[in-house]
Amino acid sequence: MAKRVGAEGSFAVAEAVRLADTDVVAAYPITPQTHIVERLSEMVADGELKANFIYVESEHSAMSACLGSAAVGARTFTSTAGQGLELMHEVLYLASSMRLPIVMAVADRALSGPLNVWGDHSDAMATRECGWIQYFGENAQEVFDLTLCAFKIAEHHDVLFPVMVHMDGFHVSHVVEPYLLPDKEELGDFLPPIDYPYPLDPNKPITMGAFAPPAVYSECRKAQDVAVNSTHGTIENVWNEFAKRFGRQYKPIETHKTEDAETILVSIGSFNQMAGVAVDKLRSEGKKVGLVRIRLWRPFPLQAFRQAVKSAKNVVVFERSMTYGGTVGPVCAEVKSALYGIKDAPRIMDFIGGLGGRDMSPKQFEALFKRAQEIFDKNLDIQYETIGVRE
Amino acid sequence: MSTLNTLQKLKDAGELFMPGHRACIGCGEVLAMRQVCKALGKDIIIANATGCMEIISSPFPTTNWNVPWIHALFENTAAVASGVESGLDAMRRKGRGPSQDVTVVAMGGDGSTFDIGLQSLSGALERGHNFIYVCFDNEGYMNTGIQRSSATPYGASTTTSPVGKNSIGQTTQKKDMPLIALAHHIPYIATCTPAHPTDLAKKIKKAKEIKGPAYIHVFSPCPTGWGTDSDVAIELCRLAVDTGVFPLGECVHGTYALTKHIKDLKPIRDYMKLQRRFRHLSDDVIDQIQAQVRAHYAVVRSKCGVVTN
Repeated sequence: MAKRVGAEGSFAVAEAVRLADTDVVAAYPITPQTHIVERLSEMVADGELKANFIYVESEHSAMSACLGSAAVGARTFTSTAGQGLELMHEVLYLASSMRLPIVMAVADRALSGPLNVWGDHSDAMATRECGWIQYFGENAQEVFDLTLCAFKIAEHHDVLFPVMVHMDGFHVSHVVEPYLLPDKEELGDFLPPIDYPYPLDPNKPITMGAFAPPAVYSECRKAQDVAVNSTHGTIENVWNEFAKRFGRQYKPIETHKTEDAETILVSIGSFNQMAGVAVDKLRSEGKKVGLVRIRLWRPFPLQAFRQAVKSAKNVVVFERSMTYGGTVGPVCAEVKSALYGIKDAPRIMDFIGGLGGRDMSPKQFEALFKRAQEIFDKNLDIQYETIGVRE
Repeated sequence: MSTLNTLQKLKDAGELFMPGHRACIGCGEVLAMRQVCKALGKDIIIANATGCMEIISSPFPTTNWNVPWIHALFENTAAVASGVESGLDAMRRKGRGPSQDVTVVAMGGDGSTFDIGLQSLSGALERGHNFIYVCFDNEGYMNTGIQRSSATPYGASTTTSPVGKNSIGQTTQKKDMPLIALAHHIPYIATCTPAHPTDLAKKIKKAKEIKGPAYIHVFSPCPTGWGTDSDVAIELCRLAVDTGVFPLGECVHGTYALTKHIKDLKPIRDYMKLQRRFRHLSDDVIDQIQAQVRAHYAVVRSKCGVVTN
């Protein structure tokens, strides 16, 4: 039977890795991800998790060791954050192009400089071209559920891509909350043993990581793009199967009071919970506002997103990272690209905030709706604003 | 095992690195790699760093590898091999994976070993993975067009340590990579060349049998990068050993041994004169290098209580 336990998001992730009977963990400590590797180390030390923990000397080697481990067919997990994700950046592309089903939890945080170990999405957004499946959990329950699902999705023969489970550094990784922890019996056959179809094996030699001259490189790239875009169905199927078994439903795009909404806030991550409070307050005042949470970031659920905002005249994006010198932040760029040219496309305004661990209150989200309305009403030519900054 | 027996066995061993590769004519490295594979046998998994041997063997959709082989990046090969070894080990404990014992081998050139991949190699050696790391040392970044590495010897001209009005070429001393590996207290280290195939095969076999990390350093002449005729790779290996430039030895659990002791070192000029990269050096500089080589050989000799040739 599932028991209700209180734990940090980090510990919840570790429990999912334990329940998955993971074979190899290769990881390097970095704030705010450290509690995941500490908890996993304890589990290995106590024999609760029968995995080999490779205590690598860097994140670059962490992801590299994951490549090797996944390539022989072992169930493989790692976790990191911020600078660590950047250090493994180069290796991330290999994991996806070699179709290795690695699962990684990322306790998202700001990037240097200046040095800042607190939460934002700079690290996550910097990896959006790496070919991984990327999705976000907003609390301990979600990151537990989504980590468990990540193994099933990554290892599915119709997928075979690595999966990043994002959670906001500190706001999720370090906050103690109650969540339902199923036992092995309840897990049942939800997560079958890994069966990687093309392992490195002397009994059937294969060459993995060949180089591609111009004559084939484009074909490789297109094949990978087609493959990752065709994972939508499996991701949703796994989440639906999870819902049937455990009663908690995840969707690529999730909505809150959007049906007749004229202004829709679009955002990612745990701050959605604050945004939801603001939406409820504004609704109680008769304002037609709603919230769209992007859960699945890569591959981007284009149709579901368009569907979710179709009633809106105004779309307001809130995001926790910047694109220096760009036109808008990375989430808004995706949103604009998704909505450009569709019939009756909404007006779009981007707000950047919550950087490097700075909080956002429901009041600030309310203010953000008001400011957006002002910009739209006055027809101001402003693409984005950075909010909550002392000037 | 007698030398003839070993040679016969090597000859009879199937080819694991197949013909049709794209290495330069006269490449010493590819000879060495074929010998290493033969000595290892088929129950292996190879992680290969980016570099000459990777690029000449794997242009998609062709391959020269008749063993499972993975290439990822330039600097992470030892870490990839760590994952391969740990993954196999974890699966074996749970009754999965290949049924036979599999030897995990990481291969890289001197650039990926001495320079960019030194950290990941150090980590893998320190963690004690049961694997063999083979460094094919051709003393520079040859694949990218003959640039200097920290393995390039003093005085050698390369495209980034060119001889010029104010430079004699490479102005730094070659890093002592086997000693760096040894500083990790690993159970086995050996130096080999493709001109000494029975010695190489014996050392590879030893590396395979000893549990824990092994580091094998293979001298690998590069006709293209060193500016030599295409038929002298073997001669250069012999000269490198006989002049004391590249002593053949091993270290088993901390005990050093010279596997080919040279009582009367040949003059360094015999080795250098075959190579365009040293052609510009004055007699004074060559004498200086000669003195350094002799001094280094004396240090190596003094460490080796055992001389096995």
